[in-house]
Amino acid sequence: MSLWEYANPARFMRLTERMLPVLGALAVLTVLMGVIWGFFFTPDDYKQGSTAKILYIHVPSATMAVSAWFMMLAGSLIWLVRRHHVSALAAKAAAPVGMVLTLIGLVTGAIWGQPMWGTWWAWDPRLTSFLILFLFYLGYIALWEAIEDPDTAADLTSVLCIVGSVFAVLSRYAVNFWNQGLHQGASLSLDEKENVSDVFWIPLVIAIVGFGLMFATLVLVRTRTEIRLRRASALMSRQRRA
Amino acid sequence: MPDLGKYAFTVLSAYGATIVLLAALIAVTWVQSRRAKSRLAEIEVSSETGSV
Repeated sequence: MSLWEYANPARFMRLTERMLPVLGALAVLTVLMGVIWGFFFTPDDYKQGSTAKILYIHVPSATMAVSAWFMMLAGSLIWLVRRHHVSALAAKAAAPVGMVLTLIGLVTGAIWGQPMWGTWWAWDPRLTSFLILFLFYLGYIALWEAIEDPDTAADLTSVLCIVGSVFAVLSRYAVNFWNQGLHQGASLSLDEKENVSDVFWIPLVIAIVGFGLMFATLVLVRTRTEIRLRRASALMSRQRRA
Repeated sequence: MPDLGKYAFTVLSAYGATIVLLAALIAVTWVQSRRAKSRLAEIEVSSETGSV
């Protein structure tokens, strides 16, 4: 069986109806486990004190904010190449989720930065590219709303998504490209020396997995909503023509 | 509740903002989903009966 069969909206709806209760339950379980473990059962950091507890919401939301854009990029490319409507609608559905996660990353980062850096904001490469990513999310959502014809909207937003990917890449890798700015390096890395200590690492990984599952759940629910609205709109036009 | 010391307000406000934003996102997603489902059901019924 080919993966492309799920590009059929009816098949996608049937599959996701079965998947969603399990996915949603796993998302709630892992988010709660990671965050509760991190908040209640990890020690303070020797330098940052109890503010290290912000790690368990800041890093997962920022990680998923960038990953959401890459998921939208995949959906957009599939739309542009293969013209599968479900992929374009999935990209559209992911944008508000990605935008909120980006906002959480920005807000928690500012709150954390104030006592640690002495400022809410700095024009640091990673922070700046993350802010631009947030603006791209807003522009992407606005463009979908501004264009009446859904296929034209999908085409133009896909192009915008490709352009915005530059800032998604920069948000994740700016600290590696430019060794400057206030933001610390990656909290999770293949390089063990760069990783946070194990006592923080395990709940952090669980929280990231939880945020990933929550993102997937919300995107599937929203994609189903978009498919229903698209079908409702098609039925209405058919009735008007009849 | 762990002792958050002098950073209690900082930590709690970060968690508070996250909870508010996620709760709003989940609520909006749920409401939109319910609305789309009932709208489609109405239109499907009316298209079967021939009325708009």
